[in-house]
Amino acid sequence: MHNVTTIFRREFSSYFATPLALVFIVFFLVLAAAFAFQFGNFYDRGQSDLAPFFSYHPWLYLFLIPAISMRLWAEERKSGSIELLMTLPITTWQAVIGKFLAAWAFAGVALALTFPMWITVNYLGDPDNGAIFAGYVGSLLMAGGFLAIGACLSAATRNQVIAFIFTIGICFAFLLSGFPVVLALFEGWAPQPVVDAIASLSFLTHFQSISKGVIDLRDLLYFATVIGVWLAANSIVLDMKKAD
Amino acid sequence: MIEIRNLSKRYGALTAVNDISFTVRPGEVLGFLGPNGAGKSTTMKMITGFLTPTAGSISVCGHDVENDPLAAKAVMGYLPEGAPSYGEMTVRGFLEFIADVRGLTGDRRRARLDDVVSRLQLASVLEQMIETLSKGFKRRVGLAQALLHDPQVLILDEPTDGLDPNQKHHVRTLINDMAKDKIIVISTHILEEVDAVCNRAIIIAGGKLLADATPKELAARAPSGRLDDVFRQITTGQKAA
Repeated sequence: MHNVTTIFRREFSSYFATPLALVFIVFFLVLAAAFAFQFGNFYDRGQSDLAPFFSYHPWLYLFLIPAISMRLWAEERKSGSIELLMTLPITTWQAVIGKFLAAWAFAGVALALTFPMWITVNYLGDPDNGAIFAGYVGSLLMAGGFLAIGACLSAATRNQVIAFIFTIGICFAFLLSGFPVVLALFEGWAPQPVVDAIASLSFLTHFQSISKGVIDLRDLLYFATVIGVWLAANSIVLDMKKAD
Repeated sequence: MIEIRNLSKRYGALTAVNDISFTVRPGEVLGFLGPNGAGKSTTMKMITGFLTPTAGSISVCGHDVENDPLAAKAVMGYLPEGAPSYGEMTVRGFLEFIADVRGLTGDRRRARLDDVVSRLQLASVLEQMIETLSKGFKRRVGLAQALLHDPQVLILDEPTDGLDPNQKHHVRTLINDMAKDKIIVISTHILEEVDAVCNRAIIIAGGKLLADATPKELAARAPSGRLDDVFRQITTGQKAA
């Protein structure tokens, strides 16, 4: 635990040592608000909730989260510091978890800074604050899923751009599998359980179910599993090709 | 004590290290010599637990590197090739991070930090970001990191590469000062360095151990009595001039 904390602290503060943190947070906040107001008809709907705000998070994360995760391991491999890190008396798991948690905490900071949206709806109307809280929980969990995928792919290459693009690709597949258009492709011929299985693989399905205001154990388990599986893959990839 | 038994590392068809065995005892400063690509760095990466050997075993101070990596890593200090570190950190931040990972606390932590900072003359750059430092300073930060927990075993991959002659001399003095009770393995292709700091030299080429003797004994093998003639003779199979 001590080692995880040490790795976490180093990694977390490294985001703020470069302009990356500021650029990311500004982009995220501007885009999150722009989507909610512009495409989500935040005002015109005449409802005091944050549904238009949350509904664009999957698409926002699709491009922004890989920008956080791409450097996690690719940068260590490129600079050679991975050799230093992995010869310190820590386990691969401790390094994987410490780094992942740092990236997740950073995404959490960006998400938390959207709090003026929450204040705004409370000022304008009388929203269901429980549902909004659930929306934030769902959004944070989804960010964790994206980040775990990105961390694993970042470990597979020393090139950050490749890590970025592959992460977008795989995250896109994870999102799309819950999209009505994609499901409709299967609905005609595939048996219902198969369609359900494909839908249940999707970030979108689980995120939407949480952001409706119901924090279901199954959705929590889903995100926990996705994160766990991708981080396990991350540590296997590291052990296999850390020297390349 | 470092015990290496029948160590091999293969990458597909390429054999980087081929059945190497040797033992290093406290008080020995072992110079690892060989042409580029001979397998020096690969061997060091296996000793420090970064690479897993294809065959053979390594034990450091009684800890098997493969079965008990954390205990083995805890007694070692390692300067990887090129002295990598985290460029966006300050020298102080980086050394504090290493001290955290090494579990140094309280008075000992402060004493150790002061010691490496003064030994490697880093006081003037403590608050500077590592990526802005000169090559010589980066190398010294890498050495400071390796020495920080006062390890029993030091593995230094080309510790004087990129240093100017004064800094080279300084690092060699540093190694000599620590040599008494530690095990030190350094790799180099600067032969004068072997004369200056090592009391034992191993020559490897093509992944094979070709010679293991004191620098004096090695030099005596050439009619000229010069180490670089012996080196050339052994690693290329040519007759010494």
